[in-house]
Amino acid sequence: MPSKLAISYRNVTKSFGPLRAVDDVSLDIAEGEFLAIVGGSGSGKTTLLRLANRLIEADGGTITVEGEDVQNVDPVALRRRIGYVFQSGGLFPHLSVADNIGITPKLLGAPAAEIAARVDELIELVQLDRASHRDRLPEALSGGQRQRVGVARALAAKPRIVLMDEPFGALDPLTRDALGEDFRELHRKLGLTTVMITHDMTEAILLADRIAVMRGGRLLAQGTPSELSTSSDAYVLELLRTPRRQVERLNALLPQSGAP
Amino acid sequence: MSLLNDPRWGEALSHLPDYLGNHVRVSLAALALGLAVSLPLAILTRNRPAPRAILLAFASIVQTVPGLALLALFYPLLLLAASVTLKWFGVSFSAFGFLPAMLALALYSMLPVLRNGITGLNGIDPALIEAAKGVGMTERQSLVMVELPLALPVMMAGIRTAAVWVIGTATLSTPIGQTSLGNYIFAGLQTQNWVFVLFGCFASALLALAVDQLLGLIESGLRNRSRLGAGLGAIGIAALVAATLVPTMGRTSSGYVVGAKTFAEQYVLSALLRDRLQAAGLSATARSGLGSSVIFEALKAGDIDLYVDYSGTLWANQLHRTDIKPRAELVTDLKTALAKDNITLLGELGFENAYALVMPKKRADALGIRTIADLAAHASTMSIAGDYEFFSRPEWAALQKAYGLQFRAQRQMQPDFMYAAVASGEVDVIAGYTSDGLIAKYDLVALDDPRQAIPPYDAILLLAPKRAGDERLKAALSPLLGKIDITTMREANLRAAGNDATSSPDAVATWLWQKVGGR
Repeated sequence: MPSKLAISYRNVTKSFGPLRAVDDVSLDIAEGEFLAIVGGSGSGKTTLLRLANRLIEADGGTITVEGEDVQNVDPVALRRRIGYVFQSGGLFPHLSVADNIGITPKLLGAPAAEIAARVDELIELVQLDRASHRDRLPEALSGGQRQRVGVARALAAKPRIVLMDEPFGALDPLTRDALGEDFRELHRKLGLTTVMITHDMTEAILLADRIAVMRGGRLLAQGTPSELSTSSDAYVLELLRTPRRQVERLNALLPQSGAP
Repeated sequence: MSLLNDPRWGEALSHLPDYLGNHVRVSLAALALGLAVSLPLAILTRNRPAPRAILLAFASIVQTVPGLALLALFYPLLLLAASVTLKWFGVSFSAFGFLPAMLALALYSMLPVLRNGITGLNGIDPALIEAAKGVGMTERQSLVMVELPLALPVMMAGIRTAAVWVIGTATLSTPIGQTSLGNYIFAGLQTQNWVFVLFGCFASALLALAVDQLLGLIESGLRNRSRLGAGLGAIGIAALVAATLVPTMGRTSSGYVVGAKTFAEQYVLSALLRDRLQAAGLSATARSGLGSSVIFEALKAGDIDLYVDYSGTLWANQLHRTDIKPRAELVTDLKTALAKDNITLLGELGFENAYALVMPKKRADALGIRTIADLAAHASTMSIAGDYEFFSRPEWAALQKAYGLQFRAQRQMQPDFMYAAVASGEVDVIAGYTSDGLIAKYDLVALDDPRQAIPPYDAILLLAPKRAGDERLKAALSPLLGKIDITTMREANLRAAGNDATSSPDAVATWLWQKVGGR
């Protein structure tokens, strides 16, 4: 791959007590790439993601972000330059939408006027309504709106890398589809490097450039959807079979022309 | 006279600036100290289960100690600390009044603040703390920007509980020398002045409610991020403090302080002593309601300048003597012993306030009981009541030994209620006081003590070490020495036990002076 690496894992391990959550994983993510990490619960995919911005510290191996070993970078500074979207939004319930979005620029010491302008820009970017949403508390928003705020917050300090932990998992299918498409568009427009965790292979195939499959702490396979389909691993093939079966069933059940 | 236009309301009101001011100062100082210690501890131990458990256990144990006992414990503790600092650093401090009250109350405030602080901080969704870290907050920023604001409602509830507890418990700081709204309650209980008791209760309840509401205002202001609300609450608290500071600021505290224990006779005598000093042109104030173990130490340390004690009490409690001597001899020995501590025993007032076993006259006559020796034969079918300390005093042990007394039951009672209890037959015998006017009022009789098991209890006037050479003081007091006989004191005490305006200690002291001063 000719382009530079945004994130690189080299023989990374992490244990919690007797449990090997991440077991000798090596994985490269190129700049501008959209990578999905797929796996069941307990596969180690969330741990792998959190090792990148040092929310969790690795036991062994090397992780580099934009060429720098993360062990040599102040973890707080590292987290401020990497966007992070949490599973169920992770919005601070006592702060308004605007204050939630502006939190990282504020931590970086940006002037108030600059933060306000950036917040307005981001509210537009994630397609929320400035007048009706800006000063609300998160509890007054729908699940989809909350996750849009979560994305806006992750993008506020203009990061080049965004990490997403099952960002659309708790949403209804329509919202989920719309949000996924919208984010894919943002990823392209802003030239981001995105690492997204999901347990849904269909979502991974539809959004990501490449897919990494985790199971029991090990990286089973990585590649584009078509590369994965040639894998010899039974679990990987089983994961790919699910979307295919869904397509076949849908094709059988719905009229081919799609006209109502 | 109806309850509403009783002049004692006016008298109660005239004490309010002093009592309320001191109450507010000691409560808020204790609360501030309690918060300054408890909140950081709650924050420091929120992620450390072992120290947290120890801390909470300690605070819970403190909470189970009754408020009065906790306050009383701090007095000897501080006395000890003061003697240590004097020895090592050459500085001493007063172990009397404000300091022990504030420390004990601060300790008392810890449990609700700690418990709610820790609960509030631990109750935060871990995902939010993770999110705080994820957006790039340091631990301190996470604490200040996320954890504390989210824990605030629970923490404030704890602070409000602590405030109400401290303000209520502060009424118990009167016996260790801290003036508070408890002065109304203690004085009122002892002199059967229910106007004072009611006034004290209402005043402290209103104060607790007011502070609780102001803290509530601050809380909702902080929660709704409204500077106005929080500011109004803070201004309210500040105004409360300022209002209670102003009236007492201008006053000088450089006069003589007359101490009094917690019963009516002492209130009357301290008022009499104060009046005599004022009549001689000396500025004087009375510090009433001091616990009987506190008052002697307070005199020794110079926190009060003079008070009336009883020879037998000091003989047993301070000199730890169990032998009994004739009246005059005991006072002479006591005078020599007290002089070693530079305490002046100025002289006897003339009457004795001894313990005596007291029962209804009719019943005693019917059973042919004249002395304690006669009583001993009937004791096994009788019950006895005494004040809170009587049954643990050496006199009781001496009485039991000398006469072989074995009662069916024994009870402790508020002294003022004992006489009515024995008159109504609720108990058969009480350990009363010989100078009590109620003996005559209820037609009771004090039984003779032929074996002299009870030591003499001459009322004696004591002066603090720093007043040993104060001739003006001695001259002002000398007209009282030897002038108050037992009949006069009984009548004074009976007047003080009444429940109307002429029974206030001040009024009785005036009557007493007219009775003895002219002679």
